Amino acid sequence: MSVNLEPQPATLPRRRFNPFWYKLKKNPLTLLGLSLLLILLLLSVFAPLITPYDPTKINIVERFAPPSSTHWFGTDEVGRDIFTRILYGARLSLGVGVAVVCTAGLIGTVIGCISGYFGGRLDQLIMRLMDMVLAFPSLVLAMALAATLGPNLVNAMIAIAIVKIPVYVRLARAEALALREKLFVKAAVTFGIPSWRIILRHIIPNAVSPVVIQVTLDIGDAILLVATLGFLGLGAQPPTPEWGAMISIGWKYLLDYWWYPTFPGLALFLASCGFNLIGDGIRDILDPKANR
Amino acid sequence: MLLEISDLSVEFRLLQDKVKALHQVSLSIDRGEIVGVVGESGSGKSVTALSVLGLLDKNATITGGAIRFKGTDVLRLSPRERQALRGKEIGMVFQEPMTALNPTMRIGAQLAEVFRLHRGVSRKEAYALAVNSLAEVHIRDPELVARKYPFELSGGMRQRVVIALAMAAPPELLIADEPTTALDVTIQAEILKLMKELAESRGTAIMLITHDLGVVAQLCQRVVVMYAGEVVETGKTRHVLAAPVHPYTRALIGALPDLADPDQPLQAIAGEVPDLRHRPAGCIFASRCAAANEQCRSQHPVLEMVSAERETHQAACWVR
Repeated sequence: MSVNLEPQPATLPRRRFNPFWYKLKKNPLTLLGLSLLLILLLLSVFAPLITPYDPTKINIVERFAPPSSTHWFGTDEVGRDIFTRILYGARLSLGVGVAVVCTAGLIGTVIGCISGYFGGRLDQLIMRLMDMVLAFPSLVLAMALAATLGPNLVNAMIAIAIVKIPVYVRLARAEALALREKLFVKAAVTFGIPSWRIILRHIIPNAVSPVVIQVTLDIGDAILLVATLGFLGLGAQPPTPEWGAMISIGWKYLLDYWWYPTFPGLALFLASCGFNLIGDGIRDILDPKANR
Repeated sequence: MLLEISDLSVEFRLLQDKVKALHQVSLSIDRGEIVGVVGESGSGKSVTALSVLGLLDKNATITGGAIRFKGTDVLRLSPRERQALRGKEIGMVFQEPMTALNPTMRIGAQLAEVFRLHRGVSRKEAYALAVNSLAEVHIRDPELVARKYPFELSGGMRQRVVIALAMAAPPELLIADEPTTALDVTIQAEILKLMKELAESRGTAIMLITHDLGVVAQLCQRVVVMYAGEVVETGKTRHVLAAPVHPYTRALIGALPDLADPDQPLQAIAGEVPDLRHRPAGCIFASRCAAANEQCRSQHPVLEMVSAERETHQAACWVR
């Protein structure tokens, strides 16, 4: 009997099956998070086209105007449009959150891989230092660092990055410890490749995947921390439209002008919610044990 | 002599015990020579190789002996100097081609990295050399393969890439630790042929670690038979395989299945390798040897010339 082994073009799927998108579609919460952030991102990027107002221009005549068709979210104590300030604030908050966590992730990965690859005393020293940082509640430490460095946005970012680094160091170190024993790393040693290159080209690229997941999980948290420092007056300084700072000033007017702190708070909630949903979703999707 | 190992002893620390993995191992490899090192698992073949490269695990200590490479004792070199030997002067090929390549780097980039390191050429030249080296290990379509990731290649192709990597410098000595064990039989022969061809064209010596006597017969000019961390017999391949002296070598050859008579039961060597935490005072093989006598159990035999006409054929046995 002859069997037709020719490929059957008619039955071939037109597009290649992509398990990542398939699983994403099956995960409505992740999609919700993704769409939340996408909307926020688009709004912030196209802010100048969406609102006619300037986020920092004072207009005393219209101070504390309630939400209306001209000022959707009302105005603040000097007459600035709150909707406009939220959109421009989103640029800041999203950008700062991503930047801080990526910086911490990058530095943490490098330190962790060096620590795990070399091991021994260096590893002990690095890990004990990280334990010291982890021993403090992250907010308290970030506050102390920001206060010491001086209250401005850049220093707040540095403080938050420092607080976030140990998590990445631990993650990357655990990966490096396992990778160090892998044959391809040992082979690289026999080919005469120096240690720094082995770490750079052979350890780090193979250690990043848990770090990437942690980064997406941490962005929401970082945005909250930036806002918290802003709220406490240790972050962005007026008149920068930063959500935390807006809430900080606005909550004093809560009883008379409810819209002032409420809308920035809502924006903050939605943004961190979006990142957390995405982080959880990506973790589930990339977790091979969750495959059904 | 290119490589001369003399009386090398290595100990592994295991909790409170000390495992004497190598006991006064001596062997030498000449320039351009292919030497087979045979023995069963745990006989110290790989430990010998790793000692030469200076890549023993942290719980291992070299307790005696010397390893001379081109006349200098590598055990006395600084870590930096030993690092300079690896890859450039001594290359290594591994048993597991599936895991010996970095899964996140393209083949061409991995090769180029090593070429850049050893030849000191520009990025572009290194890549050209990399593609060229793929052609030299008989990979068809080298430009295409250079752009692939390791997972896209078969085991045989990966082993060719590993050989290209190990031969990049090219080194004067190539240590091949069971390079064909993980490959299927038809590919084994090709890989061995390739290694021999490359070694001959570049004048590279090969230390071929294997437990396959067939491979030794095909490829090696000389053979070193190891048992429980000792060299028990050594000599020209044709001498040792045709007229083995040590009972262990005889048993190894006897254990080969006979294709002409497939119904015959397989010959195994009775007993097991002695506990290397406590080496016996006498011959290390005595407990499994049918011919062992009182002297074998009490006195340790040393390598001695077997006969005057078969120069370099030595065996460590009292009863031969």
